[in-house]
Amino acid sequence: MTDSLNHLFLGIFFVAALVVPALPIVLARFIAPKRPGPVKNEVYECGVEAKGDSWIQFRIQYVTFAILFVIFDVEALFLFPWAVVFKGAGWAGLAAMGLFIGILTVGLIYAWQEGLLEWES
Amino acid sequence: MGIVTWPAWLETLLPMVVKITIILALAPVGMMYLTWFERKVVARIQDRFGPNRVGPYGLLQPLADGIKMVTKEDLIPDGADRLCHFLAPILIVVPALYLFTVLPFGEGIVAVPLVTGLLFFVAIGSTEALALFMAAWGSRNKFALLGALRNAAQVIAYEVPVVLALAAVPMIAGSLNLNEIVRAQSGGWFVATPWGFTAALLVTLGGLAEVNRTPFDLAEAESELVGGFHTEYSGMKFALFYMAEFLSTLALGALVAVLFLGGWLGPKFLPGPVWMGLKTMALVFVMVWIRGTWPRFRIDQLMGLAWKVMVPLALANLLGAALWSFCPGAAGWLASAALSVAVFLVTTQLWLAPKPKTPTHWAGKY
Repeated sequence: MTDSLNHLFLGIFFVAALVVPALPIVLARFIAPKRPGPVKNEVYECGVEAKGDSWIQFRIQYVTFAILFVIFDVEALFLFPWAVVFKGAGWAGLAAMGLFIGILTVGLIYAWQEGLLEWES
Repeated sequence: MGIVTWPAWLETLLPMVVKITIILALAPVGMMYLTWFERKVVARIQDRFGPNRVGPYGLLQPLADGIKMVTKEDLIPDGADRLCHFLAPILIVVPALYLFTVLPFGEGIVAVPLVTGLLFFVAIGSTEALALFMAAWGSRNKFALLGALRNAAQVIAYEVPVVLALAAVPMIAGSLNLNEIVRAQSGGWFVATPWGFTAALLVTLGGLAEVNRTPFDLAEAESELVGGFHTEYSGMKFALFYMAEFLSTLALGALVAVLFLGGWLGPKFLPGPVWMGLKTMALVFVMVWIRGTWPRFRIDQLMGLAWKVMVPLALANLLGAALWSFCPGAAGWLASAALSVAVFLVTTQLWLAPKPKTPTHWAGKY
């Protein structure tokens, strides 16, 4: 199969794959009972009445981890094409990628030193 | 076809339809019997029998579960974002099914022989976190949101070492095509090399965290968060989250088998797909075994393990793979192994080192 055919396959697959989860949901709509009530439809909070909204601003610590992730994920993006041609690139290729990863590693060590990797509870 | 001449478009479309049908029919069945398998194994570990009433050895139990799920009421909380709440279980199953399109189950038996198969697998696999967050946000439930935020932090933390560990495989195999990677192992499985062994461990553990299985299932920690992200789901939609989890587990086992255990390679007395199935089942058994014996991690331990042990180890492993490739024979082998062991010892010592009593409070500093 050529590459464009592969992509066509993956496109058709998306539509077909939607059927697998959608079918039981539709089936359940006909079979399952439907008796909603004001108490039943409340948000579950272990039986007590819910206080306040849950769509709120949340702790910022998640963001610092997300930033760390972005750095390393972009690195991975460069890493995969390099890895495929790695054997042909020789020591020079290894040195180039080593420098790139080395700089990021220094960044990781710095983040660790600064305590960014500690999860405060 | 003799008498009937097929139009060209039908000739290309028909094999596709057949392949799609096979995947979409077999994957859910595989998932159903994985639930049975897991319940049986965990029951044995806990000195119980597990399901044994419905059918011989409880083999019809998954079917009974399915019927029960379909007949249960589907509850949607009043304040919920109904679109998000409805779409999330569908969007979590679709990528899990996609994972099976690039996995080779035998010599040339693969639905889509993508050149970038490995990258596609990783990319599709990480979209499940998005659907999971949709589920929690759509439910407007505090427990669900907490679970999903934990899951987001966990997935991005474990994505890094997994991707870095996976990059060592194309370095040696010279291709991202999963079939090519299997062929590259005809001289010896990658797990038998020091860098391959480290990468296999990192990918298996990180993969467990990404598909949300015990001991990394903090997103649904039922002892603290009720049900985690799926607190507000019932009936069939609830079951779909489990379907996605089990499908991903199966795909993860298959991926590790392909990348490190030689996929469909094996002695000739059994055909390739059988070897592939046996290796996948063995890996899935290990995952169930881990679930049955390890307690759940705490969130700070979870994040610490990923960032402070697994990421440095995965980075060192890239260098290890390079050394192994450039210095053939015992020298490369020893250098690669020594590097992994040294980094592991140093990082675990640093990770477990006693923390200073007054940590620098970065939140106020910046």
